[in-house]
Amino acid sequence: MNEEVRLMKGNEAIAHAAIRYGVDGYFGYPITPQSEILETLEAEMPWETTGMVVLQAESEVSSINMVYGGASTGAAVMTSSSSPGVSLMQEGISYIAAAELPALIVNVMRGGPGLGTIHPSQSDYFQATKGGGHGDYHLIVLAPATVQEMADFVGLGFDLAFKYRTPAMILADGIVGQMMEKVVLPPARPRRTPEQIAKQCPWAAAGKHKRQHRNVVTSLELDSAIMEKNNERFQRTYAEIERNEVRYETYFTDDCDYLMVAFGSVARICLKSIEEARKRGVKIGLVRPVTLWPFPYDAISQIAEHVKGILVVELNAGQMIEDVRLAVSHDLPVYHFGRMGGIVPNPLEVLNAFTQKFNL
Amino acid sequence: MAKVIGTVVIDRERCKGCDLCVVACPCDVLELAAKDVNDRGYHYAQMLNADACIGCAACATVCPDACIEVYRLMQK
Amino acid sequence: MDQNQIIEQGTKVYSRPRLMDDRNMHYCPGCSHGVVHKLVSEILDEMGLEDTAVGIAPVGCAVFAYHYIDIDWVEAAHGRAPAVATAVKRLDPSRAVFTYQGDGDLAAIGTAETIHAANRGENIVIIFINNGIYGMTGGQMAPTTLEGMKTATTPYGRRVELNGYPLNITPLLAMLPGTSYVTRQSVHTAASVRKCKSALKKAFEAVMAGKGTAVVEVVSTCSSGWKMSPAKANEWMEENMFPAYPLGDLKPLE
Repeated sequence: MNEEVRLMKGNEAIAHAAIRYGVDGYFGYPITPQSEILETLEAEMPWETTGMVVLQAESEVSSINMVYGGASTGAAVMTSSSSPGVSLMQEGISYIAAAELPALIVNVMRGGPGLGTIHPSQSDYFQATKGGGHGDYHLIVLAPATVQEMADFVGLGFDLAFKYRTPAMILADGIVGQMMEKVVLPPARPRRTPEQIAKQCPWAAAGKHKRQHRNVVTSLELDSAIMEKNNERFQRTYAEIERNEVRYETYFTDDCDYLMVAFGSVARICLKSIEEARKRGVKIGLVRPVTLWPFPYDAISQIAEHVKGILVVELNAGQMIEDVRLAVSHDLPVYHFGRMGGIVPNPLEVLNAFTQKFNL
Repeated sequence: MAKVIGTVVIDRERCKGCDLCVVACPCDVLELAAKDVNDRGYHYAQMLNADACIGCAACATVCPDACIEVYRLMQK
Repeated sequence: MDQNQIIEQGTKVYSRPRLMDDRNMHYCPGCSHGVVHKLVSEILDEMGLEDTAVGIAPVGCAVFAYHYIDIDWVEAAHGRAPAVATAVKRLDPSRAVFTYQGDGDLAAIGTAETIHAANRGENIVIIFINNGIYGMTGGQMAPTTLEGMKTATTPYGRRVELNGYPLNITPLLAMLPGTSYVTRQSVHTAASVRKCKSALKKAFEAVMAGKGTAVVEVVSTCSSGWKMSPAKANEWMEENMFPAYPLGDLKPLE
């Protein structure tokens, strides 16, 4: 398969990108608004072409443990779900992080808490960036704003997951999952051979195959001294990721008097508000964190030096704003505007909120 | 007539003194050391009546800690 | 003839399985786990599966199974071993994949994973150690705890009106079209150990031939949890566990 320009939903783009990246296995369970990922994979039947395994599991709990099993063998495996399902996966994600396994988890967020709504939300920011499950761990969290990024972040997520032996998450909102856009699908590349996997993942429990020692994938260690060393190793990895992998985009930040910070599709809404504001003579800039963990603290900190205030816009009650506040070391107004329950604000609503907050 | 004789070698330090080999032996060859214990404090299994052993391996088969080796010899 | 002469002139008819690690196992004296570990080691060796085997360890007493058998292992979350095994097997069907689970792992927290893996006919061996109690956590009630049986959480005995009935899960698995071979064994006598070994062998043959999930339940003792000597526990098992969980093939291999 060559590079191809298509019109499709963000969810479908993830499925196509997975096949083209050479993913070895997908294990998932239906939940709105991301079921098209599993549906597209089943329709495409990649097991006939690339040999990719696709399986509908009996639950999200089972899906994530299939991912744990697959990742243990060095395979590139992934799952996808939406907020309530991702809550169910937290135990497994913690095990994957603790066993230092690469894997990709997609969360196309819907509004919560509880069963909540099937409509878009960004209310799993805390869960995704602050740990989610038990224990001290982090996921690399990528926040796509376009269908193109939905496709691109499959490859990026796996590349980072394998580089650092840690799970990565695509944290998308229901808007970018459901909307259709033009997307350039990358050319297909072959799946790795068992020999390539063994070379890339010498730790994998894939069968000994004449190896002198056995490989064991486990997160258990009852010797506290060793367990502390393990934790220190995890933290060194996280520190390295924080040094190397912060990604963000800035818009109009060179001359801005105010700053908006937003991720995912909300950043696109903010950009429209900012364009309108500039027509009215109000210079607002935008930072769009692309990695929510590691978070672009330094970038925001530097821009914060020369603005009068920051508005953080999210589809939640105020989650990322805590990280933005951490990035700002001086006395600067940092406000939040959010809609919840599946409501998505339009650009004018955001702009009105901005002018009200800053009394303009 | 040919007679089968046998013997066992017990890894004394690995033995946990569970007594299952003693119970399994059809010829009452084994016993647990009454007073002596190994480094881990277990009354280990030992041969009490070595001549009676027929090398049937019942003791080793039921041993959960794989600490018994069995030898067998056909005596003509 | 003295012992040394027999050793020198005779044949070694029983030795520690080659695939067993040299370290001492953490199990209590007399624990059935050790015997089943030996059998798994022997079968994998005899069938030439050492290089393709991947064992999935449970949470429970056998959590450290990976310390004892020299093959690749994945340590699963509590109850999730069949899901883990599903992926390991599907991603490379040439692997010999088995789960090793206790009654709490398989029949309580992991019931869904167990039944659905078996129902999909995953070509994995499920080794199910049923001793009617949670050993690792200190002897609490398991799904398979017998009526009236005292445990740390049923100190006056399991009462059906309070705790429900003992879950006889293996016949349920035998009903599923995805299973190829379902059997119930024990390892309390030399004869039963030999039978259990041939059952395990059959189970691995079934999955390597792609016939579907093979389940080997081993009705076992927990002398610490039951608070009796290993020998007494074997007697108690025969009198009480076997009537509730009768031995034999529940679904013979075709």
